[in-house]
Amino acid sequence: MTALALRLRKSGHLPVLAAAACLVALLLLGSLYSRNFLSAEYLLLQLQIASFLGIVATGAMLVILLGGIDLSVPWTVTVGGVMSAAAAGWWGATGEWLAIPFGIACGAALGLVNGIGVAWLRVPSMIFTLGINAVAQGLIVVQTGGFAPQDRATPAMHLIATGRSLFGVPNALLVWLAVGLATVFMLHRTTLGRAIYGVGNRERAAYLSGIATRRVVALCFTLAGACSAAAGVLLTGYSTKAYQAMGDAYLLPAIAAVVLGGTHILGGRGSYLGTIVGVLLITLLQSILSVMQIPEMGRQITYGVVIVAMLLVYGRGKRLSD
Amino acid sequence: MQRDWLYHLREMRGTYAAAAMFVVIFTVYIAKHQTGWAVPVLTTAANKGVLLAIVAMAQTLPVLTSGIDLSVGMVFVLANCLASHLVVGTPLQAAAGCVAVLACGALCGFINGAIIVWGRLQPIVTTLATGTVFYGIALGLRPVPGGDVHAGLADALTGALPGGVPAMLVVLVGVVVVVWLPFRRSVVGRAALAIGSSEAAAYMSGVDVGRTKLVTYTLAGLLAAIGGLLLTFVTYSGEASSASGGVYTLNSIAAVVIGGTSLAGGAGSAIGSIFGALVLRTIGDLLFVFDLEPLWQPLFQGVILLAAVSLGALQLLKVSDRLELFR
Amino acid sequence: MEPILRLEDVSKRYGGVHALERASFACTRGRIHALLGENGAGKSTLIKVMAGVVQPDEGRIVLEGSERRFLHPQEAVAAGIACIFQELSLMPDLSVADNICITNPPRRRGLIDRRAQRRIAEAALARAGAEGIHPLAPVSSLSLSRRQMVEIAKALAREPKILILDEATSALAAADVERVFALLRRLRDEGLAIVYISHRMNEVAALADDCSVFRNGRHVATFAAGTRSNAETVAMMIGRDIEHAYPPKPARSPERDEGAAAIEVKGLSWNGRLHDIALAVRRGEIVGLGGLDGQGQREFFLALFGVLRGVGGEVRLDGEPVAVRSPREAKRAGVGIALVPEDRKTDGLMLPMSVRDNISFAALDRFSRTGVVVASAEAAAVGEIVRRLSIKAPELGDAAATLSGGNQQKVVIAKWLLNVPRIVLLSDPTRGIDVGTKQEIHQLLRRLADEGAAVLLYSTDYAELIGCCDRVAVFLDGRIVRWLAGDDLNEHALVATALDVSPEAAH
Repeated sequence: MTALALRLRKSGHLPVLAAAACLVALLLLGSLYSRNFLSAEYLLLQLQIASFLGIVATGAMLVILLGGIDLSVPWTVTVGGVMSAAAAGWWGATGEWLAIPFGIACGAALGLVNGIGVAWLRVPSMIFTLGINAVAQGLIVVQTGGFAPQDRATPAMHLIATGRSLFGVPNALLVWLAVGLATVFMLHRTTLGRAIYGVGNRERAAYLSGIATRRVVALCFTLAGACSAAAGVLLTGYSTKAYQAMGDAYLLPAIAAVVLGGTHILGGRGSYLGTIVGVLLITLLQSILSVMQIPEMGRQITYGVVIVAMLLVYGRGKRLSD
Repeated sequence: MQRDWLYHLREMRGTYAAAAMFVVIFTVYIAKHQTGWAVPVLTTAANKGVLLAIVAMAQTLPVLTSGIDLSVGMVFVLANCLASHLVVGTPLQAAAGCVAVLACGALCGFINGAIIVWGRLQPIVTTLATGTVFYGIALGLRPVPGGDVHAGLADALTGALPGGVPAMLVVLVGVVVVVWLPFRRSVVGRAALAIGSSEAAAYMSGVDVGRTKLVTYTLAGLLAAIGGLLLTFVTYSGEASSASGGVYTLNSIAAVVIGGTSLAGGAGSAIGSIFGALVLRTIGDLLFVFDLEPLWQPLFQGVILLAAVSLGALQLLKVSDRLELFR
Repeated sequence: MEPILRLEDVSKRYGGVHALERASFACTRGRIHALLGENGAGKSTLIKVMAGVVQPDEGRIVLEGSERRFLHPQEAVAAGIACIFQELSLMPDLSVADNICITNPPRRRGLIDRRAQRRIAEAALARAGAEGIHPLAPVSSLSLSRRQMVEIAKALAREPKILILDEATSALAAADVERVFALLRRLRDEGLAIVYISHRMNEVAALADDCSVFRNGRHVATFAAGTRSNAETVAMMIGRDIEHAYPPKPARSPERDEGAAAIEVKGLSWNGRLHDIALAVRRGEIVGLGGLDGQGQREFFLALFGVLRGVGGEVRLDGEPVAVRSPREAKRAGVGIALVPEDRKTDGLMLPMSVRDNISFAALDRFSRTGVVVASAEAAAVGEIVRRLSIKAPELGDAAATLSGGNQQKVVIAKWLLNVPRIVLLSDPTRGIDVGTKQEIHQLLRRLADEGAAVLLYSTDYAELIGCCDRVAVFLDGRIVRWLAGDDLNEHALVATALDVSPEAAH
């Protein structure tokens, strides 16, 4: 391996650079196919779409950094969308402006239960979040089936999801930007961020260093739930309606985006910049595949192959004999 | 000799607990059922339950090595779609078709294993990605649901044998005897448990970690394909449903946990996972039979699933050295 | 008699460190050969070369007259060299029998023959003198002492010609130590060549036929046991007189004996593992915990640090009673307890994180305002402590995993010193550390005490206990059985008290 490659690998930036390179390659590929591809309008649209995934991926990244995984994303997204629309229906005028916080709060509550199950009950996150996902589904079925509430988005939600208030920049992108900046700040400049990396690296050592590890875990899952729900709120705004199974299409891409961005699936390592690149990569990949009108079959296969190929470049583990 | 029984019991306690849970739930189900203990009821239950049971068996193998296979549901679906093309025609052609489907499943599993062993990627992301590839292929085989299957074979397997025993149960027992038991008692099966218990110690002790993992994931693919093949006999068609694949994958994980196998690996049994799968299936039917409002059924199922997997938390109450809680 | 195994001019380098430099060694059938030397002298590396765990950079291995290369531990085992390491190679979830026969189990019709396997396991356990262990018991249910016996049985099951034990008795209960000694003598009489590493001079004296001393990766001398005195041997091991190796201890002055103890413990009990522990440590004192491994010393520290649940008894700090329920409470400014755990790699450090992040990890509250870290304050404090402890780290941003063992341990200590603790608990801090760093740590401990901390040091190294501590409490089965101080604090007394064979000691 060349000296440059070794230095890159050591600095931990290799995944981000590799993903960015792939991103550029995709852009070039797309532009070859259609001249519109590099137009500002199209790119802004991509960024807008990417924002939804980006917000989900933010929450997913926090949990993965801890060494866990959040499989309750699909129905927490739906909870966010459905409950925010419902709130607008239940509480009339106040409901209008309570809708968004309420939806996010419901997601956060689910996330908190996840956190308690993982941190205090010590149930593996994979299986506990799976269970919460099923419970969330049950709650939504009861909610929408039994009480036939309003499922339309409030004007505010619609504005945030689809509007462009600031120099033509999509509002959704601004939301992602805000969430992203807050996350980067938290991870790199606060004691909580250090604690997250410590717990993800070795919870035992973090505990013995006097960190309240269980609270950190619970907090991250709560934030992840809030992120998922926030995305659900935005999605509802985007399509002006909340519907079941809103979130199904976000779980796998979110995890893929986080991992492609260089965050180690076992936790403790990763930067948010990588997640951003990963999200853009996944979004662009999905767009190109649909622009090229490749049938669904081709899309699925390309999707999976690209992920494996990229990880083989920079996500490989150590040999056993080391 | 006295103590031998105790050790055996301790080793299999997860499986016995899951079996007991199943017996209780199933008894209540049959008691409450309109028709009760009758061949058609048992056969329907078997036809549905065995499918998940076999996919749960498939999931158990990688979990024993402290890995996971998130593509089992998609291999299941892929096998179903492939079978709807190949398991048709003369009995000989149908038989060849079956072999081809199983070989395809094994190949899928082998690909997983190869990436994990030689690519040194983590199982969770590997199988996540390969799952989408397998699904894509399934979609290519069956863009819309359709196809056919050898009617005679399908009828035979979804019906009951003389004596009232559902044929599917016999198939399940057959799979356990031919695949699981030899695996469990073989060197590679024990090596899988060793790797799950402590990969470093296993390596130091001379266990061939790479070969064991390859065999494990290949067998998982094979078992998932058996499930998909059987699905074809139940539905008489092939359908590339990603929702179905996803549900089977996630339920297989739940079944493994309920069946007493730890996700951390090193201990567990596919037989426990079978009972875990049957418990999951029966709970759904149970709520139906109790005339629970259809609206509330998904919620109840979710809560019961959550409670079942959290049972292990009770053991925490007696932990007095908190360091044991952390890895 | 011709040696069965010879290592000639073997060298091994790890980065810039010479673990072994042109080292030579030979062992003969029917003799027990002890390897002596300080931590970092190269004994462990030599063993690993013999056992095929590491490949030497230079040199030859000659087994029974022919030159061999072992690329994997199992090749060495197949050649007849069995090694029992400190880190056990057992799989906790598997049964004893499964572990013993993990490679090359007896087979019948392609599957493992359980009955034959059980017979092999029982025979191996009997040969190791561990008949009380049930072959079907899962290894995780056994105590550390029992697990070590299973490890020995596993090595014996392969019918080795050469048996190597690397500190194999460190985890054993007293009665088991006797059994292992008897076993080793039996095996020697049967014609095995045995290589034995131990830090305990009394064991070496009791067991060895030949001794080899290593220092700084080089072979110093080989001699028949009993032909050199302890003092001479130790001098060879450390290269200087023992008196000068440790910082001087303060004389016991009357004023120091007044006033409340920095920490006072009464009647501390836990879970049947700790019974009625009582001690008092003043500021400026270094108190040692002695006794064999696994007698409750670790648990005692964990109890003080708040890790254990259900701890009975009373703890007072400067006269005030405290209840410490978690490490977080322990490190709080009002309490000020620090614990340097014995396994730095899994309990003390987050290896992939940078040196800087590791050092500041426990004291972030001191460099932050409302949760936001003030980078300049952190960098200044980290820089200062790195200088103070002479931590050799080329870049503070490098991962902690890149540091040597000694520097890693200094990072762990630095992490806690940033908090200015008033009570410092250290659990075997110099295990596996090179001689030079060891000395630095000893001097650091004395400085800490002089600056007003109360230091409790648990060590399995008698010389360290004697050299560093003002007083030593010897543990046995979760109780303090004796206090040693002044002239009473010598190796003979430590060993005699620690190895006190009484009915309660047998597990």
